[in-house]
Amino acid sequence: MASSTPIENTIRQKLTVALSPITLQIYNDSNKHAHHKAMEGVTSKETHFRLVITSAEFTGKPQLARHRMVNALLKEELEREGGIHALQLRTLNPEEEEKLDKKVEEGVVG
Amino acid sequence: MKGTPEFPQCGFSRASIQILGLQGVDPKKFAAFNVLEDNEIREGIKEYSNWPTIPQLYVNKEFIGGCDILVSMHQSGELEDLLEKEKVLVPPEESADANAEKPSS
Repeated sequence: MASSTPIENTIRQKLTVALSPITLQIYNDSNKHAHHKAMEGVTSKETHFRLVITSAEFTGKPQLARHRMVNALLKEELEREGGIHALQLRTLNPEEEEKLDKKVEEGVVG
Repeated sequence: MKGTPEFPQCGFSRASIQILGLQGVDPKKFAAFNVLEDNEIREGIKEYSNWPTIPQLYVNKEFIGGCDILVSMHQSGELEDLLEKEKVLVPPEESADANAEKPSS
């Protein structure tokens, strides 16, 4: 039986292979935007994604470079008609994730 | 951006404009282009920056990033530093003048 989430599967597979992430969360936010004018006539249920990625590959790289890495991995899906329309990225390296977890524990960050 | 600063046509464009407003960017030094009105710009800008989405912020011709990066830099303080360094914020003297012109009771 064919998958109903082919783009999500591709995202997971490509990013896992390339970045060996310790955290990879994929949120499909398409239904939040489905009623927007820009999405009129679009039948795909996989248009808007929000990714949270923690990978050692991001260490020593500024945010722009990290996002460019992810964009490059998903280039085909982004350029394809009917592919990914919007991509929100939160990119952390392992140290940043640890610091953030501590802050959440301490109740500083919601 | 998608839409205009007064009427953004996309949540990510709106958020980006809001952040620039919060940071006190000088409107005289700011220009916005509505890609929804011009498909050539919409496609061209993505090719130019090799970046797949809109909005895109450029400061003094340098590509800074999209909405996520702006939010992240805003939270870390990096954005304020950048905008100050690039001299695109409303100068403090102007705010002082505005105070001087306040009518007294």
